[in-house]
Amino acid sequence: MRMIRSLVQGLLCLVVVALAAPAAVAAPDDDGQALLEALDTRSYADKGEAIEALVASGDERTRRWLDALLDGKLQRHQDTGRFVVVLENRGRQWPVADALSGERLGEMSRRELDRIGINNALRGQLHSTLAVLDLRVDDVRARREAARELLGNVEAAMLAPLQQRVADEADGEVRRLLEQAIAIHRLGQGDAAAVEGLAGSLNPEARAALRAAARSDDVALAEAASGALAGIEQKLKLNRGVETLYFGLSLGSVLVLAAIGLAITFGVMGVINMAHGELMMLGAYTAWGMQQLLPGQPGLALILSIPAGFLVAALAGIAIERSVIQFLKGRPLETLLATFGVSLILQQLVRTLISPLNRSVVSPEWMSGSLMINEGLSLTLNRLFVLGFALLVFAGLMLVMRRTRLGLEVRAVTQSRAMARAMGIRATRVDILTFALGSGVAGLAGVALSQLTNVGPNLGQNYIIDSFMVVVFGGVGNLWGTLVAGLSLGVINQVLEPWAGAVLAKILVLVFIILFIQKRPRGLFPQKGRAAEG
Amino acid sequence: MIPIPTVHPTRWLAASLIGLGLSSPAIAQEDPIKVGILHSLSGTMAISESTLKDTLLMLIERQNAEGGLLGRQIEPVVVDPASDWPLFAEKARELLAQEEVDVIFGNWTSVSRKSVLPVVEELNGLLFYPVQYEGEESSENVFYTGAAPNQQAIPAVDYLMNEVGAERWVLAGTDYVYPRTTNKILEAYLKAHGVADEDIMVNYTPFGHSDWQNIVSDIKRFGSQGKKTAVVSTINGDANVPFYRELGNQGIDAADIPVVAFSVGEQELSGIDTAPLVGHLAAWNYFMSVDTDANYDFIDSWIEYTGDEMAVTNDPMEAHYLGFTMWKEAVRKAGTTDVDAVKDAIIGVSVPNLSGGHAAMMPNHHITKPVLIGEIQDNGQFSIVWETPSTVAGDAWSDYLPGSRDLISDWRAPLECGNYNVVEGRCGGGASEDVATAE
Amino acid sequence: MLASRSWLSRPLHERSTRLFLGALIAALAVVTLLNLALPAGHPLHVSTYTVTLLGKYLCYALLAVAVDLVWGYLGILSLGHGAFFALGGYAMGMYLMRQIGDRGVYGHPVLPDFMVFLDWQSLPWYWHGFDMAWFAFLMVLLAPGLLALVFGFLAFRSRVTGVYLSIITQALTFALMLAFFRNEMGFGGNNGLTDFKELLGVDLTTDATRLGLFLATGVALALGYVLCRAIVASKLGRVCVATRDAEARTRFLGYRVERFQLFVFVVSAMLAGVAGALYVPQVGIINPGEFSPIFSIEIVLWVALGGRGTLYGAVIGALIVNYAKTVFTGVMPDAWLFALGGLFVLVTVLLPKGIAGLLGYRRPRRPPDSSTTPREAST
Repeated sequence: MRMIRSLVQGLLCLVVVALAAPAAVAAPDDDGQALLEALDTRSYADKGEAIEALVASGDERTRRWLDALLDGKLQRHQDTGRFVVVLENRGRQWPVADALSGERLGEMSRRELDRIGINNALRGQLHSTLAVLDLRVDDVRARREAARELLGNVEAAMLAPLQQRVADEADGEVRRLLEQAIAIHRLGQGDAAAVEGLAGSLNPEARAALRAAARSDDVALAEAASGALAGIEQKLKLNRGVETLYFGLSLGSVLVLAAIGLAITFGVMGVINMAHGELMMLGAYTAWGMQQLLPGQPGLALILSIPAGFLVAALAGIAIERSVIQFLKGRPLETLLATFGVSLILQQLVRTLISPLNRSVVSPEWMSGSLMINEGLSLTLNRLFVLGFALLVFAGLMLVMRRTRLGLEVRAVTQSRAMARAMGIRATRVDILTFALGSGVAGLAGVALSQLTNVGPNLGQNYIIDSFMVVVFGGVGNLWGTLVAGLSLGVINQVLEPWAGAVLAKILVLVFIILFIQKRPRGLFPQKGRAAEG
Repeated sequence: MIPIPTVHPTRWLAASLIGLGLSSPAIAQEDPIKVGILHSLSGTMAISESTLKDTLLMLIERQNAEGGLLGRQIEPVVVDPASDWPLFAEKARELLAQEEVDVIFGNWTSVSRKSVLPVVEELNGLLFYPVQYEGEESSENVFYTGAAPNQQAIPAVDYLMNEVGAERWVLAGTDYVYPRTTNKILEAYLKAHGVADEDIMVNYTPFGHSDWQNIVSDIKRFGSQGKKTAVVSTINGDANVPFYRELGNQGIDAADIPVVAFSVGEQELSGIDTAPLVGHLAAWNYFMSVDTDANYDFIDSWIEYTGDEMAVTNDPMEAHYLGFTMWKEAVRKAGTTDVDAVKDAIIGVSVPNLSGGHAAMMPNHHITKPVLIGEIQDNGQFSIVWETPSTVAGDAWSDYLPGSRDLISDWRAPLECGNYNVVEGRCGGGASEDVATAE
Repeated sequence: MLASRSWLSRPLHERSTRLFLGALIAALAVVTLLNLALPAGHPLHVSTYTVTLLGKYLCYALLAVAVDLVWGYLGILSLGHGAFFALGGYAMGMYLMRQIGDRGVYGHPVLPDFMVFLDWQSLPWYWHGFDMAWFAFLMVLLAPGLLALVFGFLAFRSRVTGVYLSIITQALTFALMLAFFRNEMGFGGNNGLTDFKELLGVDLTTDATRLGLFLATGVALALGYVLCRAIVASKLGRVCVATRDAEARTRFLGYRVERFQLFVFVVSAMLAGVAGALYVPQVGIINPGEFSPIFSIEIVLWVALGGRGTLYGAVIGALIVNYAKTVFTGVMPDAWLFALGGLFVLVTVLLPKGIAGLLGYRRPRRPPDSSTTPREAST
C-alpha cells in the first residue's frame, strides 16, 4: 500500500512536471537504461518500487514503457542487456523496437528475449496509476472511464489531489464518479457520513463497500450502511427481473436464428435437414476466413462476412439439394438419413481441411463490453447485436415470403405442388431457391454465433437438436411460430435456470415440449388447410 | 538417487549409422516395436486429442531417426475411438489382442480411461495417460503422467489464498467426475483453512454449455459482497470460450475476480480472442512460455513437424513427451519391451522435463511435476507468475476425501498394491470407518 | 418345441425366417467351433476379441430389429430407441455394480466406488433390489417397457404423428441423457457404470464367459426375431401395417389404432432393453452416451441401410455398418467419417429399399414413402 501511495505521488509529480514543461528535456539514455534496469528483477515488490522510480523520474517515455509493461511487451535481450519493446508477439520471430530510442531493430527470436513480467497486483496498480494520468486528458469519455477505474481503488494519498480534481472538473458525470470513489474510500476508513454519498448507488463497488461497512463493529455505521443497502436491494430486484428477461430474449434470439433457416427447409419444403447445423458451421468459418483475409479489421470483416456467410452456406445448400435431396422428393424421413450422412462428411471435411481445433474469431471493438443502462444493469453488446440481428433476419425473411415473387411461389408450391406446377410455376427452381434461402439463413446464424461461442467442427451439432425443438414447438411451416417458440423457450429456460440449475432447466424445458406436443400435436401455430396433412 | 541412463557408445554408433540410412539388414528385419495410439480423431474430443496423436508420431519419428529402440524400429499403430467411450474399450482390446502392441499412449477424458482400464488390466497392457485427472485411482497397468489434484488444484488455491488474498470462492465446473472430485477436495481443503460455508459457491453446468449469462451474473453478484473473490474453474473444453466471452463482456476483470482454470491451456486459448482475458490464471505443470532451451527445442521440432509456424504446445503434450521418454528409458533398462519387466523397471526412472527439472516415476505410478501458475496474455500465451519451489509428487489418493484418506499405492515388490489401507493394514481398499458404517 | 398351431410358431414355417434362423445358428456354431477347436496361432482361429466384437454386433442387430418393428411395420420413426436400449443397459449395469460387492477400490461393502468418493452416505432407494439377479432382469424389461407405455400412451392418444413424434422421441432421449449426466442422479454421471467383475457368479473376463455371452446374444436375437415375425404375421401385425399405410382409414374401420400402436411400441422398447442388457457385460461400460440422439439416429440408419420392413434387413444393416465402423476406425482413422457419411448418402439415394431390396425378396406389402402416403395426405 505504501508503494502505491508513493507511486501515486510520483505520478502526480509527473503530471505537474509534464504540465509545467511540455517540452521536457529528454533524459540521457543512461538514465533511461538505469530506470529500466531496476525493473528487471524477480521480486514483484521491487518491480513496484522500480515503477515508482520510473514515474518519479518524469521521463516522457514513461507512458510508453508502462503501456508496454502492461502488455508484457517490455523485454530485454539476453546477451546485450538491451531493453526492447516487442511490437508483435505471436509466432517465433518478433519484430522489436529499442525501448530507449524507439528505433526499429528488425526481428528477434523469443529465445533471446526475456520478458519483464508483471502479475495481477502490479497490473491493477498500473491501471489505477494510468487512470490518474487519464483524468487530465481532454476526452470526456476517457475521463469517465478513468474515474470509473478509480472506484474502490482510491488511496489516502490520492484524496487531496482528487478533491482538487473534483473542484476543477467540468463534466458532472466524472465529478459524480470521483465523489463516489472518495466516498467509498471514506467508508472504508469508517466514516459514517460517507454512507449518504453512496445511498441509492447501484455500483457494485459501492455495494461491496456498504456490505463491508454493514459488518463493522461500529453499530451506528453498520446500521446506516444496512439502511442504505436495503434501499439499493429494492432497486436491484427490478434490475434483476429486467436482466433475466434480457438473458432469456438473448438465448431465444440465438435459438430463433438457428431454427429459422430450418423452419424454411423443414416447414416449407418438408426436408428434414440434419446438415443444417453444419451449414451454420460454414457461416461461422466464413467469418473466421474473412478475418484472416482482413487482418486488423475485425469489424469490417464481420460485416462483410454477413453476405459472404449467406452466400457460402447458400451455395453449399444448393450443392446438397442438387446432389442428394432432389432424389428424395416426398420422402421426408429419408432426407433425414441422407442429410445426416452429409453432416458427417461436412464435419470431417472441416477437420481435415482446416483443423480439428477451434478457430478464434475476434470480436470487434464495438461489439465488446456492455451497454450500461444503470450502474447495476448492463446489457452485453455482442448479445444485443445478435438479438437485433435475429429480428432483422426474421423481418427480412417475412418480407421475402410475403412481398416477393419467390415467396409467392414458395407458398404456392407448399400448398399444392401439382396445382402450382399446373399454373406454370417451375417447382424444381422453387425448391432450389427455397433450400438455398434456408441454408443461407443458416449461414447468417453461423456468422452471429461466431461472436458468442466456439467456431469449430462441432458447432453445428450443438444446435441442431434445439433447432428442431423450436421448429416443432412453434408449428412446422410457420415462421411466426418459430419466432415465438424460440423467444419463449429462451425466456422459460433463463427464468428456470437460477432456480433449478442449468442442467435441470434444460431437462424441464424438454419435458415441457414433450407434454405440450401431447396437448397440441401440431405445435403452437398449427398449419391449416390442405398442406397441414402433408 | 536414480542414475540417469546414458547412451552406450556402440549403440550411439548404430544409431548414427541408421540416421545416415546405412542401417544393417539384421536390424531392419527384426520385428518393430509397436506403440498403440488411442486418441479420438473424430467426435467432440478430437479438438484436444488429435494433437496428442501428432505429438507421439513426432516423438516416434524422432526416435526412429535416432535408430529406434533396442536396435528395433518403432511402429505407431493409430486407431480412432471417435470420442465414443465403449469404442475406447473395444479399440484398446484391438490394440492389445489383435495388434499386440507393446504399450499404449492414449485417452483424455476420465470416462474413456475408466472404460479402457478393465481391458488393460485383463490383457496386462501398459497405458500412459497424459491428462490432469481427479485421482482416486492407481492401476498396476496404468501410468499417470498428468497431474493429480495435489499437483494442480491445491497449489493453485494456495496461490490465490496467500498471494492474491482471496476469501470468497466460486467453484465452477462441468458436471462430470473430474470437477466433482476436484471441487470436493477443494471444498474440504478450504474449510480446513477456515473458509465459511457461505463463502463458497459451487456450480455445475452440462458439457458444451454455451449460455453463461445467468451464471456469470451470479458470480458477479457473489463477488460484490466486499470480500476478495476468486473463481476456480474446472469447466471443460468447449464450454470455456462462451464462458470467457461472457466474463469479458460483463466486465469481470482479472483484477477484480480472477478466474483460475485447470482445463484451459495454450491450445484452448488459440481458439479464443484473449484480449478480454488478460490476467486470468491457469495452473499447469508446463507452459509453452517456459524459458528453457529444452522447451525451445521441443517447440521448434513441433513447429517443424506440423509445418505450422503458429502451432502451440501444451501440458498434456509435455506429459506424453515425459511418458514416452520414461517408457523408452525403462525399455532400455529392462532390455526388453515385456510388460512386466518394463513395469518394474520404470519405477524410479527419472528424465529431464521441459521446464528445467526432472520428472521421476513414483511407486504409485504417478510422476513428480513442478506446479506453475500462469496469467493469460493477449498473445494466447501464459506469463508464469509463480511456481512451486520444488517438484511435487502425484498423490493417487487424496487426503481430503473421507473414503481415500487412509489409502496409499505402492507397486514395488513387497506391497504391490494400488489401494493399501494403512489403518487396517490390508490391500484392497477397506473403506474407512465413517463411510463403512454409513449404511 | 412349440405347439404347431400357436401364433408364435407360425413364423417357423416361413421360408425367410427359416433361412434367417438357419444362417444365424450356422454362424454361431462356426464361430464357436473356430474359437474353441483351433489353436490360437491358426489362421482360421477366431479370437475371443472377435467373439466379443461379434457379440456386440448381435446386440446392435437385436436393437435394429426392435426399431424396424416400429418403423417398418408401424410407420413410427423413433429417434429415441437408444433410450430404451440404455435403460436396459443401466438395469444390467446396476446389477453388475452390486455384484462387485466389496471388491471396489475402496472396498466398501455396499456402495459402488463412485458413490464412495462423491461422499454418498447410503444407497439411494432405486438401487435397492438390484443385488438380486431376478429383480434386475425383470427391470431390464420393465424400465424401458414402462417408459414406452407412459410415453406411448400419451403420444398415441393425442395422435401425435410423423415428424412431430420423431422429434419428441428425440427430446425424450435427449432429456434422459442430460438427466443421467447429472451426478446427483446416482448413476455415476458421465463415467457411468464400469469395472464389472462377474455375472451370475461367473467371472466376466474369462474366454468361456465371453463365448457364453456371445451365444446368449445370438439366442436372444433368434427369439426376438421370431417374436417380431410372429407379431407381424398375426392379425395384429396386419392392423399395424394398415395403420402405417392409412391410419385414418384403419380408424374408420373401427380399430382402436392407438392400442395396437402402444402394444407394439412397448414390445419394441423391451426388446431394445434386452439388447442393452446383453450389450453392457460385453463392452464393459454403460454411460449416458448411449442416450445421445445421434446414436438413436444411427440405429435408424442401420435399419434403412439393411432395408426396413423386413426385420432381417435390420440385422444385415446393423452388422454391416458396425463392421465397417470397426474396420474404418482402424484402417483409415482420419477419414472414416467420410466413408460412413458417404455410405448413408449413397444408400438412401440409390438404394431406397436398402440391401434387402437388392436381395429381391418380396416384402409383405409396399412400404410407404413417408409416414403417410400421398393419397392419405390429400384426404
